[in-house]
Amino acid sequence: MVTAAGKKGAAMDIRAQVSMVFHLDKCIGCHTCSIACKNIWTDRKGTEYMWWNNVETKPGTGFPTLWEDQERYQGGWEQDGQGGVKLRLQGKGRTLGNIFANPSLPTVDDYYEPWTYDYEHLFDAPPGDDQPTARAVSMITGDKVDIDAGPNWDDDLGGSPVYAANDPNLEKITATERTQLNELERLVFFYLPRICNHCVNASCVAACPAGAVYKRGEDGIVLLNQEKCRSWRMCISGCPYKKTYYNWTTGKSEKCILCYPRIESGQAPACFHSCVGRIRYMGLLLYDASDIDRVAGVDDKDLVESQREMIKDPFDPAVIEAAHANGITDAQIKAAQDSPVYKFVKEWKLALPLHPEFRTLPMLFYVPPMLPVIAETKNGSYDVDPANPGNTDGSGLPGLSTLEQARIPIQYMASLFSAGNTGIVEDVYRKLMAVRVHMRSKTVGNIDAGQVAAALEDGRTTGEEAEAIFRLTSLPTFKERFVLPPMAREVAIEARVDPFQLKREGGFGLRKETPERRY
Amino acid sequence: MWNTFLFAVIPYLAVLIAVLGGIWRYRTDRFSYTSQSSQFLESRVLFWGSNAWHYGILLILGAHVVAMVIWEPWASLTANPTRLYVLEVIGLGLSFLAAAGITVLLLRRLLVRRVKSVTSNADWLLLGVLIAQVVLGIWISLGYRWGSEWYVQTAVPWLHSLFKLNPKVDYMVALPGIVKVHTVLGFAVVALFPFTRLVHIVTFPVTYLWRSYQVVLWNKRPGHVRH
Repeated sequence: MVTAAGKKGAAMDIRAQVSMVFHLDKCIGCHTCSIACKNIWTDRKGTEYMWWNNVETKPGTGFPTLWEDQERYQGGWEQDGQGGVKLRLQGKGRTLGNIFANPSLPTVDDYYEPWTYDYEHLFDAPPGDDQPTARAVSMITGDKVDIDAGPNWDDDLGGSPVYAANDPNLEKITATERTQLNELERLVFFYLPRICNHCVNASCVAACPAGAVYKRGEDGIVLLNQEKCRSWRMCISGCPYKKTYYNWTTGKSEKCILCYPRIESGQAPACFHSCVGRIRYMGLLLYDASDIDRVAGVDDKDLVESQREMIKDPFDPAVIEAAHANGITDAQIKAAQDSPVYKFVKEWKLALPLHPEFRTLPMLFYVPPMLPVIAETKNGSYDVDPANPGNTDGSGLPGLSTLEQARIPIQYMASLFSAGNTGIVEDVYRKLMAVRVHMRSKTVGNIDAGQVAAALEDGRTTGEEAEAIFRLTSLPTFKERFVLPPMAREVAIEARVDPFQLKREGGFGLRKETPERRY
Repeated sequence: MWNTFLFAVIPYLAVLIAVLGGIWRYRTDRFSYTSQSSQFLESRVLFWGSNAWHYGILLILGAHVVAMVIWEPWASLTANPTRLYVLEVIGLGLSFLAAAGITVLLLRRLLVRRVKSVTSNADWLLLGVLIAQVVLGIWISLGYRWGSEWYVQTAVPWLHSLFKLNPKVDYMVALPGIVKVHTVLGFAVVALFPFTRLVHIVTFPVTYLWRSYQVVLWNKRPGHVRH
């Protein structure tokens, strides 16, 4: 998979990528993004169970259940021993051999059986002693069902032994830490909104034998051609994030399209636009596609740095020249320079890819949530600083989080965002804490200058940078969060038809009539 | 008259329907060119049924085709009684594998509610025809032994005559009735091709073997694929 440019060595192959940052500290877990997405794209038959955007409670097992467990689902890539990567699922020959029955395919039970309610019964029920009820009805079979799973079934159950305890990311942390995490008194959780990561080294693309899944050159959006999909189902196993879904009625896979019709016409994606906490940032990244295989093939601990290296400085003249050579417009380069995503990912190094060890080079990034501190309840008051009893009002530094007090083990965050490399996550937290200390000293003023300077140094940041981070975190306008150039819709392949106008039961696209299952 | 219809008209008609119908469906309704997998709704039983059926029937069908294409080497292969015997045993084994597979698939469609609810009338028809065809095949191989030998002497020359557009139905007329039914039903399956999920046969993604893993499409350079 080494490209022509890669073989030549030095030449950069600069491409543009529409990218997103999720600031997890701001996510309130309201699922508004999921609902906005569902109402626009997946309210059709066969897609009821699909959540192109979903919000998970972490620690938790997620959706579909245990999607992170690649022992089970075989998604993503692994090192091939020669500095590159190979598909974890299977080689090309085995793909064809397994085509009659994909051994690693999740089934509807790993998601949930979509249901509605028998509302009719409320009106039709004969007179009786009891109030009639609307029982749950399967949307697949039409049978009455008992609901035992749903899209956000473990919502807010961070401390529950049934869900949280089975989180695959907990494997690496110690038994003590695990107990600490799951103790009801200290129940702690955060939310993880997930959509397709529009990966640079997408394993759904690689796993599809029909070549139906592709990445758009101009903006990096990964799409699945409904006309070319032949129902071989390998993308579903191939994607380690389980973000391609199988439409059980049309026999086609479908996935998040990053609302490209909205982006092309200058609107933000539905999930972005509806976000109540305004946790999302969108912008362009310029990256070097000349040696993807090697970038994805480094050791686990180096993966985040390797991916940061792949993302190039949009102010660098050499990068701009290479971008021009690839047809990237001035408007795109300008957008890349103003990109909030670039700031979070590369300049400030605060946003990290989700599960980089899947080696797909995901191009959506997460700012890890600030860690809640370990506290004790004493004499009816909540003591955030057991070492200095009585410090309950958070005055002075102790009121703020420190790494040592972190209630969620760093190892857990590292398992999510840095392939187990705790150093990277610690760096992020030190900087986030420095921003807090600095801003508190400015706004409240009860921290002495020495402590502020020490925190800034610890976080390897400066007062100006801390303020810039604070501003973009807390006070950004919509236009600061959404910096994308016009996507030149008039030249897009997909723009020849308006997919939204042609939305049908079976999906989207250039079809004269409603496609239904006829054969 | 009947024989002409069965062995000189139906084969051409079936192929014509398959080719024209297949092209028509590909051009007007490419969306429906899919294997329409139901594995998402039920995976465990499908694994045994689908693999047994597909591998069994592909090898059996392959043997029919190979004997037709290279009939002389095939004839010398079956001339030796030991080799003939081994070949027949292998063939019978594979056809039982296919029969077991499709039986499992049929029961799965009948008994698993989720799968049944996505099964169309065309699916039931196709399943019925295929099962009948496999049962007939096994019946012939048990009732009229050494089929791999006499196939080359009877049906193969007839198939050759079809290719030469000079159908010689006499080869078929002499054969037992059940073989005739098996033959006609085979062409019925061909004719069903464009109207059922059988279309997935021609979409088998063999090009994957030499395709690059990553597919990148550029709008501004239509048709230009880079990796």
